[in-house]
Amino acid sequence: MTLLSVEGLTVELPGSARPVLDTVHLRVAAGEVVGLVGESGSGKSVTARSALGLLPARAHVTGRVLVEGKDLVGADAARLREVRTSVASMVFQDPRAGINPVRRIGDFLAEPLRLVKGWSRRQAEARALELLAAVGLPDPPRHLRQYPHQLSGGMLQRVMIAGALAGEPKLLLCDEPTTALDVSTQAEILALLGALQRERGLGMLLITHDIELAAATCDRVYVMYAGRIVEEASAADLFGSPRHPYTRGLLGSTPPLTGPMERLHPVPGAPMSLAESAPGCAFAARCAFAEPGRCDQAPPGLLPLPAAAVPSTAAADPTGSADRRAACFRVAELPAVVTSEVAP
Amino acid sequence: MSVALAVLRKLVGMAVTLLVTSFLVFSSLYLAPGDPVSFLVQGRSPSPAELVSIRKEFGFDQPFLVRYWHWLDAVLHGDFGRSYLFHESVGAVIWARLPASLLLVGVSTLLIAVVGIGAGAVSALRHGTRTDKSVLLLVTVGAAVPSFAAAVLLRSVFGVRLGWFPTIGNGTGFLDELHHVAMPAVALSVTFMALVTRVTRASMLDELGREHVEVALSRGVPRGSVLRRHVFRNALGPIVTVSGLLVSGMLVSTAIVETAFGMSGIGSLLVQCVDELDFQVVQALVLLVVAVFVVVNTLVDLLHPLIDPRIAAGGGAR
Amino acid sequence: MSTTVLQRRPLLGRLRGGFLAHGWLFRTSLVLLLGFVVVALLAPWLAPQDPTLGDFATTMAGPSAAHLLGTDQGGHDTFSALLVGARSSLLGPLGVVVFSSVAGIAVGLFSGWRGGWADAVIGRVLDILFAFPSLLLAILAVALFGKGLGAPVLAMAIAYMPYTARLVRGLTAQEKARPYVAAYLVQGHAPLYVAVRRLLPSLGPTVLAQSTVNFGYALLDLAALSFLGLGVQPPTPDWGAMINQAQAAVLQGQPLSAVVPAVAVVLVVVAFNVVGEQLGDRLARRDAR
Repeated sequence: MTLLSVEGLTVELPGSARPVLDTVHLRVAAGEVVGLVGESGSGKSVTARSALGLLPARAHVTGRVLVEGKDLVGADAARLREVRTSVASMVFQDPRAGINPVRRIGDFLAEPLRLVKGWSRRQAEARALELLAAVGLPDPPRHLRQYPHQLSGGMLQRVMIAGALAGEPKLLLCDEPTTALDVSTQAEILALLGALQRERGLGMLLITHDIELAAATCDRVYVMYAGRIVEEASAADLFGSPRHPYTRGLLGSTPPLTGPMERLHPVPGAPMSLAESAPGCAFAARCAFAEPGRCDQAPPGLLPLPAAAVPSTAAADPTGSADRRAACFRVAELPAVVTSEVAP
Repeated sequence: MSVALAVLRKLVGMAVTLLVTSFLVFSSLYLAPGDPVSFLVQGRSPSPAELVSIRKEFGFDQPFLVRYWHWLDAVLHGDFGRSYLFHESVGAVIWARLPASLLLVGVSTLLIAVVGIGAGAVSALRHGTRTDKSVLLLVTVGAAVPSFAAAVLLRSVFGVRLGWFPTIGNGTGFLDELHHVAMPAVALSVTFMALVTRVTRASMLDELGREHVEVALSRGVPRGSVLRRHVFRNALGPIVTVSGLLVSGMLVSTAIVETAFGMSGIGSLLVQCVDELDFQVVQALVLLVVAVFVVVNTLVDLLHPLIDPRIAAGGGAR
Repeated sequence: MSTTVLQRRPLLGRLRGGFLAHGWLFRTSLVLLLGFVVVALLAPWLAPQDPTLGDFATTMAGPSAAHLLGTDQGGHDTFSALLVGARSSLLGPLGVVVFSSVAGIAVGLFSGWRGGWADAVIGRVLDILFAFPSLLLAILAVALFGKGLGAPVLAMAIAYMPYTARLVRGLTAQEKARPYVAAYLVQGHAPLYVAVRRLLPSLGPTVLAQSTVNFGYALLDLAALSFLGLGVQPPTPDWGAMINQAQAAVLQGQPLSAVVPAVAVVLVVVAFNVVGEQLGDRLARRDAR
């Protein structure tokens, strides 16, 4: 069953040269882990927030955001509350900033239960204790009375996750859940998220700038650039044979965790800001394969890969390739690459 | 564990400040030109008994610090000396005028809190709109309207022209007193209201931009609750701190407002006693204002950890 | 090192230029302050009549050709009194600001540069001074030394000093940590020379912004003192004293001679606040860059 289906979502802010999101399509099914990868400013976070109806008030929004089949664009406050408390929830990047520092942990966990669902104090407290235990914190009764500044970053991120689970959601949106943490706790938090996802059969959208992480933890991955989805593939396909030049660049600019350290090939140039716009492919200016007169005229659509372009390894895999799409005019012409060997 | 110790440290700090303050206020008498005894009784003919007691207290037959010690001892027992203007004890003179001033300050505080915080909150929530800009303009002007100018305008419009409020005196009976105190309270409040509005606005804007506010909204908490439980609650710290600092200014401004509206209170008493050279009363009132300021701000300091648990009771930068 | 040294000698140049980049409010305020200073300086020549002389034939008159803003209950010309009254409104606060800034800079520079226990003790003393509101100190000064502006101006300078001292102390401690100060010291300059000749100029604009705001508040306090009859004494014209004198006229339904000086006080103080705060904001933004 499709939990989240974003269909042609376009979000424009007054005063910016290009849309923040440009006809974004994305879906997350129950029990599925989907990655959303891109540099900062590419629109990952806005896409995730749209699933909670949290788009900026000034924004002009077209397209649909279906949560359990019902559109959230233009939904009333009651419906938004229902989705936010019972269907979807988000784990934010920085728990230090994301949890009110002057309120107790117990209050943070119980707040939506008490205020929206109308639970009694005892019910909510019992639930909060359960949640703290579920995210692996050592002493739930004590943490309940603590303030955020009394916990470490990793512990606090567990509290954040517990808070996201409070309403027993079906969809968990994780916005760079480990970026603000130190390296040693990052793996623990990822393991916890994975375990919770499997136990509860959650649909999960993992937003990250780390393409290797996405490939390692997700079933499917979307790659975003300048407000557009530029490539969609199963994690294995994406990692094994990236098609879009941007994806290739991302993989080339990530140092391998194992094996010999090779030279990195960072993507040249800087990501496109909201003040810039391009008539054609937004990536053309930084793309090694861009062809003048072709790539800079109109934006390429996100299209299924032509049969010839699908590498044989992926074609043999029944779960892959069905959903392979890329937004690049030259996708069929470019040589298929293996990860370690990156475009010039 | 160390909370009691921290509280104790703050209280000791307060006591030291009060001691130094009292010493400054006491020694100020000796700054006056000429001999302090003749300064205290200038222009009047005190009874021989009064003259003996004053010589005993301020005469040069004792060392300065001993005189201070006697004075402090008396003050701590509620004896502020005698008023040679009213031929009464200073304590009795002040005590008789205190209730009127307390009513004035109380009503003003209420006005400042309700209007100041209310306008600041509305302005922050409507950030960038016409409402916000009007509030900002009012704040800029309001902060510069001295209470005597406000008093003149209020008396002229609502007292004389419209005749809604009495222009002079304290009134008798609670309702009449309230009626009399309404305009003075507004005149007293204007400046402080503007300051509180400004602080509330800035503090609320600061909190509105925080990520935990978005997180709370993302979890389905209704907007009203988020504003109350997260935005306003967190914005409270600076508001309380600034309000504490305004206390002394407000007490002094009672002098202006009570004089302008011909009210009898400790403010007009201060002016009268300066005017008619009754220094012992002036000294007592100065000490009172400063002491209230010190005590209130120590209380604010002690309350701060409750408002923001990140500030441990012990530390807390001032 | 040398580039750092060159870079950090901004002087008042940081304030120069780009005034027009500010909004209309800032420009209007600046023009108003300029007008205020000019009027205060030239008042005796600008005033059509001698405001100390009362014309008992025309008391509490409305505006007319002879009396542009009417007269008060003593028959004094309100317009002339307004112009001449600007003098004490300029001189009094100027005294407060000059004394408090000089003392504040000295105390703050010493405290921030020395640090340690001297800094702690000074901080404590400033804390205690904060407890004395400026108007209260001014009133105490009158009680001790008699009516007039002299003693209150000095007393208020003491009350305003902690604000400047705190500001300078903070900036000094912060600047002292910068490499250019170390560079000077390493080059063998005496600490006092570095503190006064090199560090002080970089504090100038910030102190100026603070002093501008202080000026407005000092004006309010001194006007209040004169309103209470404890400051400038009639017949010398003063805005605060004018309002005090006009009380009787107000009760008789002739508020003009009170409203005129009241509006003047408000306008000038608003102008000082706007200019001071925007200068401060501007500096804060520049320094943030």
